[in-house]
Amino acid sequence: MLEAEDLACLRGERAVFAGLGFRLAPGGALLLTGANGAGKSSLLRLLAGLLAPAAGRLLWAGEDVQADRAAHARRLRYVGHADAAKPALTLRENLALYARLWGGDAAAALAALDLAPLAELPARVLSAGQRRRLALARLALVPAATAPLWLLDEPTVGLDAASVGRLGALLAAHRAGGGMVVAATHLPLPLPGAGTLAL
Amino acid sequence: MRPFLAVLARELRLALRHPADTLAAVLFFVLVAALFPFGIGPSPEALARLAPGALVAAALLAALLPLDRLFGADAEDGSLDQLRLSGLPGAGLAAAKALGHWLTTGAPLLAAVPAAAALLNLPVAAWGAAAAALGLATGVLSLLGTAAAALTLGARRGGVLLPLLVLPLSIPAVIFGAAAIEAAASGLSPRPFLLLLLALLALLLPVAPIAGGAALREE
Repeated sequence: MLEAEDLACLRGERAVFAGLGFRLAPGGALLLTGANGAGKSSLLRLLAGLLAPAAGRLLWAGEDVQADRAAHARRLRYVGHADAAKPALTLRENLALYARLWGGDAAAALAALDLAPLAELPARVLSAGQRRRLALARLALVPAATAPLWLLDEPTVGLDAASVGRLGALLAAHRAGGGMVVAATHLPLPLPGAGTLAL
Repeated sequence: MRPFLAVLARELRLALRHPADTLAAVLFFVLVAALFPFGIGPSPEALARLAPGALVAAALLAALLPLDRLFGADAEDGSLDQLRLSGLPGAGLAAAKALGHWLTTGAPLLAAVPAAAALLNLPVAAWGAAAAALGLATGVLSLLGTAAAALTLGARRGGVLLPLLVLPLSIPAVIFGAAAIEAAASGLSPRPFLLLLLALLALLLPVAPIAGGAALREE
């Protein structure tokens, strides 16, 4: 159970949002919508622990996540705007770092996003959509029980219809396993029954 | 320990894919050492007198070169966010980066010590002491530099700010490093000075990664 109480976020001297609260149960999904600059990405970074909230609390199973940030980091996967791909490394090597950090099988994760045929290519030759799929392949490394919270920032930007379908299958399997998803998006996402938080 | 080794292995693999960065630092070191004979004139005694200090200063400047990209490259492509969420504490991440920097910049410089020492007319008897002193001094710089790189990350003109932060703090390493080489060149034991350098390294070993990790923790 992820609970946000009265969260506020400051960027520079400007309040991006304040008094924000929501609850997310296992298996649940939350879509963040809002205009550019409404604070969707900031909220995701805040939920990831990359930003400290200016006010309010974020609770995981009743415990404040600020108390043990390393434990919070281990139970979440964050896919931000940037794809975190190293151009000089092959796809397999890019993913192998995360497989060594978090466990899981890099080859199977690449196959889940249909990247197996490209595994030995350097990431610098990938198209934008393929780089996005490489970032999403990090989600497929371990089952939902190990990393239950997925924070996705515009996950489908640049993806073709078949890849959106593969992401949909990953999201469904994750939620069926008790995982949670918080996603910021302007495009329709394959997240049936997701709640919406308008910022 | 496993996340630490995973990040370190990634640093080394990236350095192998971009060998030009390491080569540039080594060539910079040799070129700075080569400038001294031109500036001072072909007097072997004057060169040998200057050699210890010039060697240490050239090595520290060369090791400084790749520091402003140490976290900058990862911050730009989003990798730094992933590393911060890797489950490795900030201090561990900074320590892995510092060790990676030394292995890919400081250690390769040692291979160029004979070339630089010969250009500066350092007696052959002192080359071993010079390699030991430069190895320790660049280790000090890797630790200080990693903390400073984490602090200046995101600052405008961080690349200019970084040497201004690091070089004053590395003065003790220059003093002890040059003293060790000078002692060896004049037939004395460089041991006390190398031990002082080692003590400096031992002091920074816990302090610098903790400072760097704290700077990385929040934006």
